Amino acid sequence: MKDFLKPHRIVMLVIAVLIVGWCAYSMNWSWLPKYMPKIVSGIWITCWLTVLTMGLGMVLAVMLGLAQAAGPAWLAWPAKVYCSVIRGTPLLLQLWLLYFGLGSLFPQIPWIKDSALWPILRQAWPYGVLALTMSVAGYEGEVMRGAFKGVPSGQLEAARAMGMPRLTAFRRIWLPQAIHRALPTIGGEMVLQMKSTPLVATITVVDIYSVAKRVTQDTFIVYEPLLLLAVIYMALAGLIVLFFRWLESRIPSRTA
Amino acid sequence: MLTLITSTGASSMLDLLAWSPPGWGATLVQGLLNTIVIAFGAYALGLLIGVFGAFGKLYGGPIVKDVLAVYTTLVRAVPELVLILILYFAVTDAVNEILKFYGYDPIQLSGVGAGIAVLGIVQGAYSTEVLRGAIQSVPAGQIEAGRAMGMPPTLLARRITLPLMMASAIPGLANLWLTVTKDTALLAVVGFIELTKATSLAAATTKAFFTFYMAAGVLYLILSLGSGLVFSRIEKWARRGQRNIGRGS
Repeated sequence: MKDFLKPHRIVMLVIAVLIVGWCAYSMNWSWLPKYMPKIVSGIWITCWLTVLTMGLGMVLAVMLGLAQAAGPAWLAWPAKVYCSVIRGTPLLLQLWLLYFGLGSLFPQIPWIKDSALWPILRQAWPYGVLALTMSVAGYEGEVMRGAFKGVPSGQLEAARAMGMPRLTAFRRIWLPQAIHRALPTIGGEMVLQMKSTPLVATITVVDIYSVAKRVTQDTFIVYEPLLLLAVIYMALAGLIVLFFRWLESRIPSRTA
Repeated sequence: MLTLITSTGASSMLDLLAWSPPGWGATLVQGLLNTIVIAFGAYALGLLIGVFGAFGKLYGGPIVKDVLAVYTTLVRAVPELVLILILYFAVTDAVNEILKFYGYDPIQLSGVGAGIAVLGIVQGAYSTEVLRGAIQSVPAGQIEAGRAMGMPPTLLARRITLPLMMASAIPGLANLWLTVTKDTALLAVVGFIELTKATSLAAATTKAFFTFYMAAGVLYLILSLGSGLVFSRIEKWARRGQRNIGRGS
């Protein structure tokens, strides 16, 4: 703390407080109470979109990484092509392809339209979840490929020498060590994933970004909702970083 | 997909992508050109900010270091879409305020200029971090030797630090180029007609969503794979001195 509070930092902190104070005092925040319930539900949607797509994406990414690191050629190649295509095209394009493309295709297919899933498929969020999951799987697939390859082969040989079945060795030795290696990268990727969730607002999912745009449309206030958005996203990014720091500190590791 | 192809027919799919007006080929290519121009400009601006930012972060005074830390942290924590909107409005307002101050009429910023400025400022934060890491990878002895020979800082940067850090900076910079080509798609949300927006216009008019989004995807892929090749050649060139050391000639 003493290192942090050097004289110039105190001045900068004072300037920061003054800027925040000026924003709070002279900008127009009168819309805030009215939109509070919507803002809270928007934050909630952003949060679960991030967590759900990250979780589903990681499951896919483990498979993609494993296929590339240890799979036979007929599995490794499609996985590699998938990762290249996802990483080579913008997420917005993928999202619109899924939403508008599948959205225009499904109503033409009778058995989908008559199925019990149709009320869900008529909404926008499944396409948002699908696009975000596929995207994060492509990026994490590359990360996991590196992580799987980085586990020392002696560990796997030891497991085999102890007579461990392959699945157990994967579950107990290979996967935990790979994830441990990839954890800092995964933390960074989760922040990136959180930062790409506002794209779903373009397909009518009402996340926090879409709430802020709604405020601008209703009240013609431009800067205040955007500043609120920036603050909210920064807070969420900070929470993710803290969570991963805590997670990393829980895993014992030996540093020389 | 199958029903779509059979219902519209493969030949009409090609008609849609044809160059002249019943087809949308020219629109897509124009969008692609806009994408490339903006990506190029933003990347160059980002590199410029990045070079100064990286040197500032490493050798600057305490205030410069802290201001740069705030800049890179803020920009990397807030979604690009939100930053683009904030900067777009802020840059437009600032330019118009200045014009008003000197007694000119307010103008509407051109999409290309605003896009380059906004994405460039975002890219600058990431470039700063990439270049800072690369500069740190230059062996300290090299820089010390340059200083001992009495080289002034700019000459030292030009002759020693920048050429030596190139090799380790290229992979990170290649990633940033791929990021900026994809981030241009976000300008579609502001209404600027680059490849993604052009595609969505074409798709919405003709209702051939798969055809156009797939075509745009292929264009983006060609762009990213092609620039991957270019960057691997640049990296080979930047590492040209190192190979000899590796071979132990």
